[in-house]
Amino acid sequence: MFRVSVLQTTDVIPSKEKSRCGRVGGVSRSEKMVKQESESANRPDNTAFTQQRLPAWQPILSAGIVIPGFVLIGLAFIGIGVALLVTSRSIQVLELDYTGDGNGSPCSSCSQSTTVNCKCSLNFTLDTLFQGPVFFYYGLSNYFQNYRRYGASKDDNQLYGDLSYFTSPSSSCSPYDYDGSKNPIVPCGSIANSMFNDTFTLTRTVSGKTDSVPLDGKGIAWWTDYNVKYRNPSVTPLKNAFNGTVKPIDWAKPAYELDTSDASNNGFVNQDFLVWMRRAALPNFRKLYRRIDASGDYQNGLPAGNYTIDITYNYPVRVFNGAKKVVFSNVSWMGGKNEFLGIAYLVIGSLCVVMSVVMLIVYAKFKFPDEE
Amino acid sequence: MARHSEEDAGMAKAPPAARQRKKKPKENKTRTVHANILHDCAKGEENPNRHYANNKIKTTKYTVLSFLPKNLFEQFHRFANVYFVFIALLNFVPVVNAFQPELALAPVVFILSVTAIKDLWEDYRRHRSDKEINHMDCLVYSRAERRYVEKYWKEVRVGDFIRLRCNELLPADVLLLSSSDPDRLCHIETATLDGETNLKQRQVVRSFYDLDCEFDPLKYNSIIECEKPNNDLNRFRGYIIHRSGRRDALYKENLLLRGCTIRNTEEAVGIVIYAGHETKAMLNNNGPRYKRSKLERQMNVDVFWCVIILLVMCLFAAVGHGLWMFQYGDNRPVFDVLSPEGTNLSPIMSAIYLFLTMIIVFQVLIPISLFVSIEIVKICQVYFIHQDMDLYDEETDSHLQCRALNITEDLGQMQYIFSDKTGTLTENKMVFRRCTVAGVEYSHDANARRLAMYQEMDSEEEECMSHGGTLPRRDSVTSHQSARVVLRSQSTKSHRRTGSRAEAKRASILSKHTAFSSPMEKDITPDPKLLDKVNDCSSQMDFMRFHSQPMSQLPSDLSDIIDFFIALTICNTVVVSSPNQPRHKVTLTCSGQKHQFGQTSVRSKRDHLWTGLHNDVLPQLHSRLPLKSPVKTIEDFIKRFTPSLEQVFSPIPPSYDGKASWNLEEGELRYEAESPDEAALVYAARAYKCSLVGRLPDQVIVELPHLGKLSFELLHTLGFDSTRKRMSVVVRHPLTDQITVYTKGADSVIMDLIKPPDTGKRQKKIVCRTQHYLNLYAADGLRTLCIAKKILSKEEYACWLQRHLAAETAIQGREELLFESALRLETNLHLLGATGIEDRLQDGVPETIASLRKAGLQIWVLTGDKQETAVNIAYACKLLDPEEELLTLNTFNTNFSPFDIYSSSSPSSQSTPFLVHRLGLVIDGRTLAYALDKSLEDKFLAVARSCRSVLCCRSTPLQKSMVVKLVRNKLKVMTLAIGDGANDVSMIQVADVGVGISGQEGMQAVMASDFALPRFRYLQKLLLVHGHWCYSRLANMILYFFYKNAMFVALIFWYQFYCGFSGSAMIDQWYLIFFNLMFSAFPQLITGTLDKDVSAETLQQLPQLYVNGQNSEEYKPYMFWMNMIDAFYQSLVCFFIPYFAYADSDVDLFTWGTPITTLALFTILLHLGTETKTWTWMNWMSIAFSIALFFTVALCYNASCPACYSPSNPYWTMQRLLQEPLFYLLCFITPIAALLPRFFYRACQGTLFPSPVQLGRQLDKLPADIRRNILSLSRVKVGSPLCPKLPFLSLAKLWSWLDAHFLLVAGSGNIEVCF
Repeated sequence: MFRVSVLQTTDVIPSKEKSRCGRVGGVSRSEKMVKQESESANRPDNTAFTQQRLPAWQPILSAGIVIPGFVLIGLAFIGIGVALLVTSRSIQVLELDYTGDGNGSPCSSCSQSTTVNCKCSLNFTLDTLFQGPVFFYYGLSNYFQNYRRYGASKDDNQLYGDLSYFTSPSSSCSPYDYDGSKNPIVPCGSIANSMFNDTFTLTRTVSGKTDSVPLDGKGIAWWTDYNVKYRNPSVTPLKNAFNGTVKPIDWAKPAYELDTSDASNNGFVNQDFLVWMRRAALPNFRKLYRRIDASGDYQNGLPAGNYTIDITYNYPVRVFNGAKKVVFSNVSWMGGKNEFLGIAYLVIGSLCVVMSVVMLIVYAKFKFPDEE
Repeated sequence: MARHSEEDAGMAKAPPAARQRKKKPKENKTRTVHANILHDCAKGEENPNRHYANNKIKTTKYTVLSFLPKNLFEQFHRFANVYFVFIALLNFVPVVNAFQPELALAPVVFILSVTAIKDLWEDYRRHRSDKEINHMDCLVYSRAERRYVEKYWKEVRVGDFIRLRCNELLPADVLLLSSSDPDRLCHIETATLDGETNLKQRQVVRSFYDLDCEFDPLKYNSIIECEKPNNDLNRFRGYIIHRSGRRDALYKENLLLRGCTIRNTEEAVGIVIYAGHETKAMLNNNGPRYKRSKLERQMNVDVFWCVIILLVMCLFAAVGHGLWMFQYGDNRPVFDVLSPEGTNLSPIMSAIYLFLTMIIVFQVLIPISLFVSIEIVKICQVYFIHQDMDLYDEETDSHLQCRALNITEDLGQMQYIFSDKTGTLTENKMVFRRCTVAGVEYSHDANARRLAMYQEMDSEEEECMSHGGTLPRRDSVTSHQSARVVLRSQSTKSHRRTGSRAEAKRASILSKHTAFSSPMEKDITPDPKLLDKVNDCSSQMDFMRFHSQPMSQLPSDLSDIIDFFIALTICNTVVVSSPNQPRHKVTLTCSGQKHQFGQTSVRSKRDHLWTGLHNDVLPQLHSRLPLKSPVKTIEDFIKRFTPSLEQVFSPIPPSYDGKASWNLEEGELRYEAESPDEAALVYAARAYKCSLVGRLPDQVIVELPHLGKLSFELLHTLGFDSTRKRMSVVVRHPLTDQITVYTKGADSVIMDLIKPPDTGKRQKKIVCRTQHYLNLYAADGLRTLCIAKKILSKEEYACWLQRHLAAETAIQGREELLFESALRLETNLHLLGATGIEDRLQDGVPETIASLRKAGLQIWVLTGDKQETAVNIAYACKLLDPEEELLTLNTFNTNFSPFDIYSSSSPSSQSTPFLVHRLGLVIDGRTLAYALDKSLEDKFLAVARSCRSVLCCRSTPLQKSMVVKLVRNKLKVMTLAIGDGANDVSMIQVADVGVGISGQEGMQAVMASDFALPRFRYLQKLLLVHGHWCYSRLANMILYFFYKNAMFVALIFWYQFYCGFSGSAMIDQWYLIFFNLMFSAFPQLITGTLDKDVSAETLQQLPQLYVNGQNSEEYKPYMFWMNMIDAFYQSLVCFFIPYFAYADSDVDLFTWGTPITTLALFTILLHLGTETKTWTWMNWMSIAFSIALFFTVALCYNASCPACYSPSNPYWTMQRLLQEPLFYLLCFITPIAALLPRFFYRACQGTLFPSPVQLGRQLDKLPADIRRNILSLSRVKVGSPLCPKLPFLSLAKLWSWLDAHFLLVAGSGNIEVCF
């Protein structure tokens, strides 16, 4: 494009070599040189690039290359698939639903009533040792934490501990930014407001004796969330920072009293709060509740025995056909129990092998008559 | 014309102008120019010229202030830009917004600013060149200083007097008032304007003609009235009003145009008439053309489909969302967010809002960067075409020019080629071959032998070249003068030739600047018989003159011969110049009227370089008697034709004193002609010692054997035009003192004008025999011209002159009147003879045509030549095959059946009429007129389609364009028109792609063309290689674009099923917006620019591969859908593998979405990889760069500002992902799984049913010798039994395919003639 425009404009530019009559008398050497140089001014550069002759690799998808390639990939994938499957099989998972929508289920009474802190309990028995480290999750299904407007309904600056956003929360929190009497809500927004508020305690009954299983609630959230992304305002006591604000509508306690036992687990850096604020990707999800503290009897995980989970049942899920569950799981190097990836590797690997066999057959069939 | 209204508007604004207009309503139509000197003191206030544009030019589009608004305004003309801005603005509406509004603006702003920067840069370049031009110097007369002072061009104003020196560029359109030339002439070179390299003469305005002393601007007091500025280079009308009230007409011969160069004239003075933007050169300067290519039209359809898909997806999501909302009824779930007002939105309202949101989220489906990317790729393609060494013509130092920038890919899709013949297929270098005079044919056998020798020499010399030996400098004509000539002008370019090139090639360089004078054309071996007769005749005439016998006693056959050569010599517009100073006219001045035949002398101009062989150079300019101008007035006529005439033409024996020097020098005279046939004829005449030695506006000096130099008084020249197809000169014959008209023209017109043969038996016989020879010449493929004369009595002449003068002075309809006047004169001619001129084929034309035809291109030749000539040239260039049956459509009876079909076929085909399946169609202009009629055009096309080649002879420029239009519109095919002359312009403009040959006939065709080639044979590489590449690259890139965007958007679409159709995206908004623009942009640009599916060599050796583009095989409508389906499949894989891998885990939204983004990126790049055919380091680099860029951006983005980027805020996500083995496991399997089907398909296709292009690629991989073997076998069409043992299965395939294809080509074209 540029070249052409130049061509047009140079139509009227005189070139240097067009000298005037008066200067013709003597021809200096330098002028001659200039002349000769400019004579082939239009000659294109003879480089590999401009002549489009750059050295190049030309892969051709011919049978000779593709068949061995497919076989190799297929075999590698089958190998990985087997390894993954074996790993996944070694992971133990225990899921217990406690929504209470069936009549026989232990929490059905709580699910019907609207009582605050309704109590119910679940029992389960482990026949063998549940290999540690054991993670204790709560799970929700049909719960759309990824709902677009829900996801936007928070104020990052407020959660970063910026006090100016305490008094005037971002409009993205609306309608959970101010309460009925125009008091700012802290933490504002729908995500915070809908925080999961069921609580669980785990006890083991060994030979009639009830033993509370130690649960570790520290470090269940992301390290960066706890240390960087969420911050309490640097006001001591923390309570003063919340002056003039109200707690979220659905919360029972203000943010600075979330964990009465540990002062550093309050406000925006409360671990449960942080876990909740990290929105789940899919409508059926689980979130880490606690880890089984690997100490004493629980050094190696959960030993065999009868267990009871005492649940403080608060969170309503039946309005949206949701379900709640608790999950115990241990993990491997590749995360939680998931046989899919192993199977996928196996399938794709086998497909590759099958394809290469098909191609070999077809190739052989088409090739040999021609060669005769 | 638009400028007129502008100017009128401008005048209306200025109150004084308005007043003036009221006074003189005529002002509207004409421009009045006063001299500025008279108004200098008034400082412009009272200057009547102040409203005219000054000479400052500004070709820039923008100013600093107007750039932003104007550029934005222009960019918003593109619909896509409006669409994207609309979407970005939609983001500012809180209810529907999907992204951070500022972020959503980013891509649009980016695209707009890239375009703006590009525009700005272009504009800056224009500004710089403007500045350079505006600051050039010229001499302007200053009243205060009473002399010419140097001023910048931009300071020149209308009405200024400027002095121009030799080799200076003209700063404005100037009316020539004075010239240092004794003949009051000024020569200009118009190469920059129309590319014609020959010199043009311009004359001083007649009123200033007789000025003896130097022109004094202070004495000038006339007023000029002329036309408003217009862009017609060949028209200028007006008159000059002197103080005395006398009016003198002004012609285009008086006007020097801006941009031309003054040559051969030391000084000229003129008054500026048009300046700056109102000059004809500037008004003619149009920007590059923009056409829309076929591929782009097809693409736009698919963009439209994308819009439909987008709307369907949005609608689906909206309905889904409505239902999802509806299922909850009045029980709002905890995760539902109420509207800001605190009320629940009804499902329907939320669905409507969601629809808009989805449009924002899915906007990527309409590829925002597609248009910009295509533009970038096309610029690169144009760059590469420009840079191709093979398209560079060393002889002229010119390379291919792409004048239209955005139809490069159309070159790969051509189906029909319409070619001009002369100058396109042929060299347009005319070589005199034979002639017939007075019914006697002179075959010039020696001349033919000589020409054959030249051809041999060519091939020999080329052979020498190939052996690597550099021959010593043989450029004798120029080399010994090169030292002196080097700076004189660019015409000496040839001196750099070092003799290592073939003679003919050298000659063509020479001819480039010295107008058609290669040795081949110049050195004509005369026919001895004719030479004898000429000698005989002239000696007799000499004798008769000496004895004062009337010339009419000469035997008529001899007088015909001498008249024939006189006609050849003078009936033209050839200018004589000397090779020593190629741009300096040789001027012959008669020392006085009394010595008209005698003391002829050569006078060179006062030039230091003139070597001065003559002693009789007249030292002073003014010592000579005033020259007579052509007869311009009746008084003039009476004065000149009074009895005193006898004295003037009294027979005085010629003196031969100057002869010796003349002979010495004769060989060095050069002729510069406007058309090459003219030069050929003049050279031919010179071979018979009838040389043109000088031409002045009013006389032509001819040297004849024995008679010496004769001066023919040139009374009129009736120039050539394409309607009359002839030219005439009216001269007074110095020997017979008769007013003689010599006419030269196409045989078809001249033959009709010959005096009815009943006047004499001899003439009848001559006409009959000449016609016979003409047919013979035409059969040999020669161009024929008839020469005729007419002797006018004084009365007849006076009668004609009166009306002619009236026509000449008319201001309205002057051209028509002059035309009629010419028709009146050219009647009842006496036939002298005819000439046959050969127009040699250009190098490589038959090969190019053969290979283009193999490529499946239909080639039609549209020529103005006569049928026989055209047919023979067609045979010569392998357009027609002797084995073909020729279908000739000629019409004779205009009111009867439209077609009389003549089937003149070769004997072999006649004997086996049923086997004939190859037809050639020849149609002439008159029949074409019927064939192009609405009712018959379908039949004509049906016939034409069944023919292998079509030849339209005797077609007018308009018919040419009509044929192109007809084929293009009716057959819906891609057409290419190629031509070199002004008569091809309309055809070039009508065709999808117009190609101009920058040859000898000026630049008009080039100016109108999309591509300008130096030679016809370059068309082969341009189409077969560059066309193919451009097309396949762009087609693949566009398809890839659609795929890429669909694949990416579909990921989000699948997610809608898992987020309640809420328009939520798991891909972070940053990735979503920059994915197209940054992360995946570069590799496709590199591939789109550099990818070569088949190597250039194979493409040229296997022209059949071109069919690929003709049938649009790289981009068929179904391919778009296949790509869409593939995109949806791939996105399903990329979505669901992570979905299941992370199912039932505590993964959060962006920790899950980021791997999907990464996988999509990998898949998309790998997909590009499978589509990339050649991997250069740039491909590797670009892919590595893309991946690196993505991870760098992701890591930086995820590590910065923990509280920003609401609502996604993916702090530290990428960093964590990179520590997870699962992420890498996904990265392995997903792209492979996604690409498995495509890969499998490609592998099967490459092995089992490879496309021709794939076979070509496989051929590329073979070692050179095997490849050559296969190709040579394919060329001689040997059957498969000889098939060599091929290394691969696919080669056997290739072989059978080639075989089949050849049969196909041979077998195409069944006869379906039905009338």
